[in-house]
Amino acid sequence: MIRAASAILRKDLTIELRTKESVPAMTLFSVTVYVLFHFGLDRDTLDGELASGVLWVTLLLATVIGVSRLFAAEREQGGIDALLLAPVDRTALFVAKAGALFLYLVLLEVVAVPVFGLLLLGPDLFAAFPELLAILVLADIGLAAVGALVAALAVETRARELIVPLLLLPLVVPLLIGAASASEPLLREGAEPEDLGRFLVLLGGYDLVFGLIALAVFDFLLDD
Amino acid sequence: MSDITVGPALDLNGLERRYGERVALSGVTVRLEPGRTLAVFGANGAGKTTLLRVLAGLLRPHAGTVRVLGCDLPGETWKVRGRIGYLGHDPLLYRELTGRENLTYQSRLYDLEPERVEEALAAVGLERRANEPVRDLSKGMVQRLAAARATLHDPALLLLDEPRANLDPAAAERLEPLIGRDSGRARVLVTHDVDGGLAEADLAVGLRGGRQAFAIAAAELDGSRARELYA
Repeated sequence: MIRAASAILRKDLTIELRTKESVPAMTLFSVTVYVLFHFGLDRDTLDGELASGVLWVTLLLATVIGVSRLFAAEREQGGIDALLLAPVDRTALFVAKAGALFLYLVLLEVVAVPVFGLLLLGPDLFAAFPELLAILVLADIGLAAVGALVAALAVETRARELIVPLLLLPLVVPLLIGAASASEPLLREGAEPEDLGRFLVLLGGYDLVFGLIALAVFDFLLDD
Repeated sequence: MSDITVGPALDLNGLERRYGERVALSGVTVRLEPGRTLAVFGANGAGKTTLLRVLAGLLRPHAGTVRVLGCDLPGETWKVRGRIGYLGHDPLLYRELTGRENLTYQSRLYDLEPERVEEALAAVGLERRANEPVRDLSKGMVQRLAAARATLHDPALLLLDEPRANLDPAAAERLEPLIGRDSGRARVLVTHDVDGGLAEADLAVGLRGGRQAFAIAAAELDGSRARELYA
């Protein structure tokens, strides 16, 4: 299983490196949205709840792009049949796709979060670390699990551009609540983290529950 | 061969497959012994590709029994994965990867030794172009690479849908040891070339509108009867 998952992941990363279809699009989208908020809100700086909401909603919407493209190579080049013909546990496919999406999200955030700090955030972004890093990692794990699940569900459908956001966004509402609530005190001037442990547990629980659900149902999603 | 099959390579009895209300295959009954070739004839939309996809375990049969390499489908599909080679209209290759990368990726999925990739590239004569992205290869080269992919794991059963499309005579001859009659594998060969198909088949099945028009020993089939399917 690990060998197959690493082969699929390596293949996905190689194709992404050559086509540059997902990560640059996700990153450009996020930066553009932050620029739009910068001018649209007509405020020099944001902090607290508003800053946290803008940060996370933008990252979630960028995730939709990555999820929509997650099976693009399989869909457009028939690779899904090759995978289904191979003696590979479908769990390996889930692990590989979730792993690829997790890496895409990390790369997105390496650029998008500093841009957010530069364009919109009033307080010093780096004061929010390392707590914000823990929130980002836990949120990314959950997004990767749910994203891979939704991408597999949409892969054989015609209206996948509609199905991905319609399925993904409601499913990540608990994650948004947890991540935004955990980040909010960190993005306030001179504020200390409040209830961080509670929200980290919430995010970890979300990751665990949706990871297990995805593992349980992934086999059936790709069945005829 | 990757496996010694006890009993027939294929044993279909009353196979039926629908897409919604539309019947794509109905009443397909045929038995193919290991190492033998079944030619499938029929006009466009007759159900030939659907038949191959059912045999590959990519589509579920809706009625009848389907036994492939001794395994009942769909219940034991997982047992036949890895023992079937599928060469259809799509090459099932990633355009952005090179030929060697595509085969290496496949070899990892099938848990094969890395040397197998070089052997397969040599067998289809693509060693010198193996480091070029698939998108830069000609259609004939892509088809040769697809044949290498389909036979990389030494399958016991080959499902072939117009396998010589886009191939020049020399390339077609080169692939004979891999996908031809002398490969020793059981084969299901979908083709519109009636004479060519009959020449290399042991059994022939004709499909008309998804229904089985005939299933007969190839030597006993008059070519004109097969050509009527296209009228």
